[in-house]
Amino acid sequence: MSSKANILEKIKQNQPLSVSALPDLSFLGLENYENLDKYKTMLQSIGGDYVEVANYEAIIDFIKKNYNTEKRIITTLPELSQIAATDWANDDPHSLKNVELTIVKAHFGVAENGSLWVTDDLLGQRIAVFIPQYLAIVVKKDDMVTTMHQAYDRIGNQEYNFGTFIAGPSKTADIEQSLVLGAHGARGLIVFLMD
Amino acid sequence: METKIIEHSKAAELFIKDEKRTDWHNETLWFVREKRDKAAFQIPDWELLRETASQIKNNVLSNMHQYLIDFEANAKNNGIIVHWAADADEHNKIVHSIMEKHGVSQMVKSKSMLTEECHLNEYLTEKGIDVIDSDLGERIVQLRKEAPSHIVLPAIHLKKADVSETFHQFLGTEKGNNDPKYLTEAARHHLRDTFLTRKIALTGVNFAIAETGEFVVCTNEGNADMGVHLADVHIACMGFEKIIPQRKHLAVFLRLLARSATGQPITTYSSHFKKPGDGKEIHLVIVDNGRSTQLGREDFRSSLKCIRCGACMNTCPVYRRSGGHSYHNAVAGPIGSILAPNLDMAKNADLPFASTLCGSCTNVCPVKIDIHVQLYKWRQKLVKEGYAPKSKTLMMKGMSAVLSNPIIFNLAGKMGRFVLEKMPGLVSNGFNPWYKQREMPAPPEESFRAWYQKNSTASKDKNNEQ
Repeated sequence: MSSKANILEKIKQNQPLSVSALPDLSFLGLENYENLDKYKTMLQSIGGDYVEVANYEAIIDFIKKNYNTEKRIITTLPELSQIAATDWANDDPHSLKNVELTIVKAHFGVAENGSLWVTDDLLGQRIAVFIPQYLAIVVKKDDMVTTMHQAYDRIGNQEYNFGTFIAGPSKTADIEQSLVLGAHGARGLIVFLMD
Repeated sequence: METKIIEHSKAAELFIKDEKRTDWHNETLWFVREKRDKAAFQIPDWELLRETASQIKNNVLSNMHQYLIDFEANAKNNGIIVHWAADADEHNKIVHSIMEKHGVSQMVKSKSMLTEECHLNEYLTEKGIDVIDSDLGERIVQLRKEAPSHIVLPAIHLKKADVSETFHQFLGTEKGNNDPKYLTEAARHHLRDTFLTRKIALTGVNFAIAETGEFVVCTNEGNADMGVHLADVHIACMGFEKIIPQRKHLAVFLRLLARSATGQPITTYSSHFKKPGDGKEIHLVIVDNGRSTQLGREDFRSSLKCIRCGACMNTCPVYRRSGGHSYHNAVAGPIGSILAPNLDMAKNADLPFASTLCGSCTNVCPVKIDIHVQLYKWRQKLVKEGYAPKSKTLMMKGMSAVLSNPIIFNLAGKMGRFVLEKMPGLVSNGFNPWYKQREMPAPPEESFRAWYQKNSTASKDKNNEQ
């Protein structure tokens, strides 16, 4: 017998005789936050920051003022092509190693933990949000959910090959519990909250 | 790492020799426990969340067979290559065969306690494979040729000066520079080169979803994603108990995991791997290694509900004062002590005794495993099956002789009081394990029995007078 057949047979014999029921999830996630306010507080508490913007022009202004535009900036948003490259999606992922800033869009944010849901159709390349020194994500102010329960309700049966919740910059506390931002992923995360 | 095993109590004795360091270790872990409390208290329905997670996991245990079949079918549909491994050896062979097939001799790894359990690093190193752990804590202990001492905080037993010394030796950092920021930056540069040059990346799995065939990997550092998205082949290894039924159940577990582990509301990255990228491969290795046996042990099967948050370790008064290495098992602390005897009763018979049975572990467990009850049950099973530590068996036999005979009991009490009063040196010495870190109590003047006989007569007389 193959290992698979052996393992499955042993599990079948050893698992409890009757199936215990799955719980009802509808009583969870009833928190009553002002989603946008809570999101802002949580994002800052996990090392991220935000800027409220009315349009893409405001984002361009902000990036020109706050980032070194001499360095490599990439985006999947054609609206930002004035300040960032948009022609890298089919490049070798290793060639993105010198990216200073990546700007992408998120589907929505989660108020309870400051995270943003992104999937590979928004990323250009999966590595694009992990490899740059800094990361910026655009999300609509209306696209906020309260807790992870509403987040998965919203995701539903969405098809994606890869998706991730991103909550703030990469971090570690592996050296004597001292929090350091910028472990292996982005050193900083700025979220553009758009009207 | 087949080194000689030192019993937990002996290893703990060595650990606490440095009193200052023991205090520091204790306080550091308690600080993490306090962060967990703060995070938990911010969720009004925290207890309902734990109960829900527990019920989902109970459902998984009772329907494991079907969920695994569904998961495999869906994962295959997604283009994931699924392997099954009966034990650690088969797991290691599968991983190695994938590397051989691709003609690759270098691997970058993110955290996986399963591969620690299977001693994958040692196996691959013997085969001439260069393995680099990319989680900062794991990299630190790997450079020092140590095992992780905690499942979430692998280098929690080290001080920054230790890390500085290690990095100075291996990464050429400035001697004596103990700044965590500087040291982390050095590791970032060192590992970036690794990520950029490895063709195969291995990760663990936090959750695998039967309904969709996808799996989720959580990290704070981003090391799992840096490794796999730059590699051609992603190997993910999971114990079969990582299965959960549906995508929506992730909400429950992702809310609990990081809050229980470090007090964060969620890890920085919670990555959902459903299909490999164009031209890439995802291999998933599903491992048993004793889990199906544990599933058949009614008293202990719920230990398979564990989501590896480490909360039971952070709160455990014994773990905090003995350190993870004293448990000589990939998973230390209370949960490790109920998982390890299943793997090898003879080797791990000491672990269920490394507890005060205070129950704090059970109180913080996000999936409500009755850890301290299982520790107690393992003790009974181990004694019954003849695996209990010798000193304990002898003492128990002696105690049972004394307690079952009133004359001997009486005599033993008198002797005890006499010795404590007249010859304290006979018990207050290093040969008496109870004297270590304790003062012996002052002896009472008489036994309770004698006191009761005297006083109950007095009160009877008093009653008669009325």
